[in-house]
Amino acid sequence: MPGDPVLSLVGERASPETIEHIKEQIGTDKNFLSQFAGYVGLLMRGDLGRSYYTQRDVARDVIEKFPNTIKLAVTAMLIAVPAGIVLSVISARCYVSGTNKKRFLGEFISLISIGGISLPVFWIGLILMYIFSLYLKWLPPSGTGDLSFLILPAVTLSLPACASIARVSRTIILEIIGQPFIKTARAKGLKERAIMFRHVLKNAMIPLVTIIGLDFGSYLNGAVLTETIFGWDGIGRFTMEGIIKRDYPVVMGCLLIGTTVFVLINIIVDILYHYLDPRVRIGESYK
Amino acid sequence: MSLISKTALAILIILVLCSVFAPVLTPYDPLKIDLDNLKEPPSLKHPFGTDNKGRDILSRVLYGGRYSVGIALVAGIISVCIGLAVGLMSGYYGGRIDMAVMMFVDLILSFPSLLLAIGISVIFPPGIFTVVIAIAAVGWSSFARLIRGHVLSLKESPYIDAARTIGCSDARIIIRHIFPNCLPLSLVVLGLKLGGYLLTESALSFLGLGAQPPMPTWGSMISLNRVYILSSPWMVVFAGGAIFIATVCFNIAGDALRDKMDYTIK
Repeated sequence: MPGDPVLSLVGERASPETIEHIKEQIGTDKNFLSQFAGYVGLLMRGDLGRSYYTQRDVARDVIEKFPNTIKLAVTAMLIAVPAGIVLSVISARCYVSGTNKKRFLGEFISLISIGGISLPVFWIGLILMYIFSLYLKWLPPSGTGDLSFLILPAVTLSLPACASIARVSRTIILEIIGQPFIKTARAKGLKERAIMFRHVLKNAMIPLVTIIGLDFGSYLNGAVLTETIFGWDGIGRFTMEGIIKRDYPVVMGCLLIGTTVFVLINIIVDILYHYLDPRVRIGESYK
Repeated sequence: MSLISKTALAILIILVLCSVFAPVLTPYDPLKIDLDNLKEPPSLKHPFGTDNKGRDILSRVLYGGRYSVGIALVAGIISVCIGLAVGLMSGYYGGRIDMAVMMFVDLILSFPSLLLAIGISVIFPPGIFTVVIAIAAVGWSSFARLIRGHVLSLKESPYIDAARTIGCSDARIIIRHIFPNCLPLSLVVLGLKLGGYLLTESALSFLGLGAQPPMPTWGSMISLNRVYILSSPWMVVFAGGAIFIATVCFNIAGDALRDKMDYTIK
């Protein structure tokens, strides 16, 4: 096992007796299988073990820090979803209307969205931190606390998500606009705005919810980086600290919780279909 | 091809050439510590400035491109190869193996990709190979899934029936008839994924799981210099800018390739 937790715990120059003692204490002297069996046994009891360093219960730490990550992710989502949809609507309408000027705007928006999904989160986070908290001194650079602490990490986290929503949503909207029922709506004299909200966006909801739900995974991805940079006391930073200190119970616990949440969200998205799309419900009654 | 995608492709080629020919282009050694020129701001002598050990950032960015883009490419190619092998077998033979393999693919795809890559790279000692393994171990699954779907539809086409009637073996059908038809699709998907791999690579090396110092990669340059962001922001700006520009170009070029080949993959 690389990065032996014992060595990183006691330092390289510790006496062999100390190393043996610690090994026995945290159980790395046993072979791989019995360690694994022990861990699974703990999991069955709803226990994630104890941190090698702080001796604190990992499960309790995770429960304490989890609301912070959720707060961050939800705020990022509240920024990304409306902004992404608005961008996509503008870009799709520019694409449909034929004038050169509008087409250019549309191209420009798609270029921005490609830029957005290509942003390295940790880099743009540092740049934003430099501009808004170190140079302009408007917002605190790092820490956990009230809304002012939340803004920078949430914006950082929302940028790539917003771009990916804008991209996908544009394709979806364009696909729907090409369909006959939109032509019908136009023929009966509805205003463009009404068509967009009543007909296009309503139909775009289903694929959009999928994308937003799946994107939640990327929020968890991004949270590891964003929280590390902004010192936000959530699961992501906890994971990172665990990795650096080779605190395996912490790393395992966080990865386990993170993926569980990811899978749960996917299930919730699937269930949401049932309510969003009557067609899914009709399909069920045929069975 | 639109003007934008042509520009992106040109920038990408220039970037790669610059990295490959880095020794010719810069007079400085990216690893040489120069204590007389610590934290110099960008100037004619050092266009991107120097870092906290006096190393020239421009040459570090150029040499870093070798590792960062190289790792993304190698990881991408490995992912395609594994994905092709698994997808071809699974799609062609079907049955229980197919079901088991696809369940495994679903399992991998149900993890958040970066978390899984982090989890994998924790198991191995940090370094270039760890990053390649971590990216490829996650990346092959989406290739396998797409290629399997493609094979399923190819399998039913008349020319496969014809090949079978003249007595071709399964191996020959897979290698000579189905594989060449899967290649364009795999290349298009590779083009779409490379930008993401580059981002994953730089995230992993930012977190200290990738190439170890003094070896320069774009991600590790950011993580090593981020404490100096207030006094000398150029240390972080240029390395991150390189990641950003390379990823944008990969993504635009990938999109253009997809549109040209007329595939509708997202």
